[in-house]
Amino acid sequence: MNARQITLYTVLLAATLVAPFLFPDFRTQLATLWLMIIVALTWDMTGGQMGYNSLGNIFFYGTGMYVAAVIAIGLVYDVGEYTDAAGGGRFDFTDAQYFTGMLLGTIGAGIFCSMTAVVIGYLTFGLRGPYFAIGTLGVAIAAGELVSNWDWVGGGQGIALPVYPGDFDVGKLVFYYLFAGIGVVLFVFLKWLYSTRFGAAINAIRDDEAKAEAMGLHTLRYKLTTWAMAAFFVGMVGAISAFQLIHFEPLESAYQTINLGIFMVVCVLLGGKGTLWGPIVGAVLFHVFKEVTWNYLLGWQWVALGALIVITVVYFQDGLMGWLMHRKPEWFGIRVEEKTAGADR
Amino acid sequence: MEQVLGNISLLFEFPVVNLKIIVDGVMVGALFALAAYGLALVWGVMNVKNLAQGDFVIAGGYVSWWLAGKGMPPLFGVPIAFIVLWGIGWVIYKLVITRVIERDLFTSLLATFGLAIMIAQILNLLFGSDTQSIQLEYDTLYFFDGFVDIPIAKLLGVLMAAVLATCVVIFMKTSRMGQAIRATAQDARAARVLGIDTEKVYAFTFSLNAAICGAAGAIIVMVWVIQPFYGIAYSIRAFVIVTAAGLGNLPGVISAGLGIGALEQYGAHIFGIGYQQAVAVLLLLLVLLVRLIQQRRMRQSLQ
Repeated sequence: MNARQITLYTVLLAATLVAPFLFPDFRTQLATLWLMIIVALTWDMTGGQMGYNSLGNIFFYGTGMYVAAVIAIGLVYDVGEYTDAAGGGRFDFTDAQYFTGMLLGTIGAGIFCSMTAVVIGYLTFGLRGPYFAIGTLGVAIAAGELVSNWDWVGGGQGIALPVYPGDFDVGKLVFYYLFAGIGVVLFVFLKWLYSTRFGAAINAIRDDEAKAEAMGLHTLRYKLTTWAMAAFFVGMVGAISAFQLIHFEPLESAYQTINLGIFMVVCVLLGGKGTLWGPIVGAVLFHVFKEVTWNYLLGWQWVALGALIVITVVYFQDGLMGWLMHRKPEWFGIRVEEKTAGADR
Repeated sequence: MEQVLGNISLLFEFPVVNLKIIVDGVMVGALFALAAYGLALVWGVMNVKNLAQGDFVIAGGYVSWWLAGKGMPPLFGVPIAFIVLWGIGWVIYKLVITRVIERDLFTSLLATFGLAIMIAQILNLLFGSDTQSIQLEYDTLYFFDGFVDIPIAKLLGVLMAAVLATCVVIFMKTSRMGQAIRATAQDARAARVLGIDTEKVYAFTFSLNAAICGAAGAIIVMVWVIQPFYGIAYSIRAFVIVTAAGLGNLPGVISAGLGIGALEQYGAHIFGIGYQQAVAVLLLLLVLLVRLIQQRRMRQSLQ
C-alpha cells in the first residue's frame, strides 16, 4: 500500500466518522446508505466474484430481522405472548435488556443466516445461471409468504420491537455507527479475502466452473463458504435494521423482494460487478438517485426506478468501474501491450 | 395442525369436494397454461426469460376492464386486449429485448424484472390499486346437490382460452411465419443462412407472447379479479409450468398448467387460503429440485 492509498483511506475513514455530524438531518439516510453498501458488497461476493447471480439474498436480511427480534424478545418474555398482545400489553425492557438483546440478536442472526445459507446453498448450488436466480428468488418469496402466516412471530402484522432507550437523536447516531462499523469491517475483510488464494478460487469458479473442478478445487465447498460469509453480514445488518425500524412486517419490510432485494443487484451493476469499489460507488449513486426521485417525482418514482434498472442492465452493464477500467486500464495496474493490441486488428 | 388434519379428512369423507377443487383448479390452470405457453415460446425461440409475463396478463386485463367501463361488451375485450398488447409487446421488444437477446441470461431476467416493476407501477398510477373485475350476467350451473358450482362465465373463459390456444397452435404448425419461428428456435444461425430474417421472427414472437398474455388477462378480468401487483403471481406460475414441462412441449405445458391449478387449490383447501401463494412458490422450488436431482444423476447441472 503506497502513501497515496493510505491518504485516501484515511480521508474516507475520517469522512465516515464525521458525516453524521456534518449532516445531522440526514443521519437515517446515511445509515441506509451504509446498509445499501453492505448488501451490495455481499451480493457482489457471489454475483460478481463467483458468478452466481442470486436474487434471494434478501432472504438473509429478512431472516436476520426475525431471528434478532425473537432472540431479543425471547431473552425477557415469551415470544408468543408478546406477539399476541400486538402492542396491547405492557412489555418493558430495561436498558441492559435492550442492549444485550441487540448484541446477542445481531450475532445470533449472523450465525443463523450463515447456517441457513449452507443448507439452502447445498440444495440450490447445482442450479446454474438464471435457474439459480429464479430458485433463490423463490426461496425469498416463499419465506416471506410462510412467515406472514406464522402467528408465533406475529403473522402478517409483523413484530414491534422496543424503542431505543434514551435520546432519539443519539439512537440515530448509534445505528449509523453500527452500520458504518460493519461496513468498514466488511470492506477490509473483502479487500484481504480477494487477494488470497480463496479469492482466486472463487474467480476461477466464475470464469469456468468445470475447469476449476478439474483443477482440483472442491467447488461446492468454496461456493458454500462464500455464500455463508455473505449471509453472515447480511443477517447482521438485517438484525440492526430491525432495531432501527422498530416495527417491521414480513412482506414489505423484511422479505422485501422487489425493493432492497433488487436494489442491491442494481447497485452492483451500476458500479460494476466483480470489482471491490464498484458496489460501493454504485450504492452511493443509486441511493442518491433514489432519494432525489422519491422527493421530486411524486408517485412516478417507482417507474423511474424500473427504468433505471432496465437502462443499467441493457445499456450500461459493465458499470462505472468497468467503464473506467476499459478507458483507463493503467489506473488499475493493467498493462496493455501496444503490439498485441495492434495485432488483434 | 388439527385444522389441517380436519381439512384432509374432509376430502375423504366427502369425495365430491375433491371434484369441486379439481374443477376449480382446472379452470384456473387453463389460464396459467396460456401464459406459460407464451413464456415457453419466448424462452425457446430467443432464450429470453421474461419475468414481466404476469404483468402483460394484468395489463391485458386492465385494457379490457377500461373499455368495458366505457360501455363496450366485455367479450370484445379479449381480441382488443390481444391487439393492444401486441403493440405494447412490439414496442418493448424494439426498445429493450432486442438488446438483451445476445447477452447472458441473467441480463434478460433482470431487464424484464425492471420492466415488470415499471408496468405494475404504471398500471397502479393509471387505475389505482383496488382490485377490479367485470361482472358478467350469466347463471351458475350446479351439480351434485350444489356441491360443485360452475359459473357459466368461468366456463366461457376456459372455452375462450382453449380456442385461443388452438388458434396459436394451428398458426405455429401451418403458417409460413410459424415455420420460421420453429426454425429459428431450432438453430438461429442456420435459419439466418437460409434467409429467414431472425430479427423479424424475434419481434413477432415477443409480440405474439405479449398478445397471448393480454388475451389471457382479458379473460381473467371477467372471471376473477385483477390488481396492478398481481402480475408476479402469474409470472411465478408460468415459470413453474415451463420448468416442469420443458420447452416446446405443448401437451406438457397444458397438463402442467392444469395440474398446478389443481395442486394449488388443494394447498389452499388444506392449509388455508393464506398459503396459496406459498404453495405455488414451493412447487417451483420442488420442480427445480427434482430436475436438479435428475441432472445430477447424469453428472450435469441445470442451466
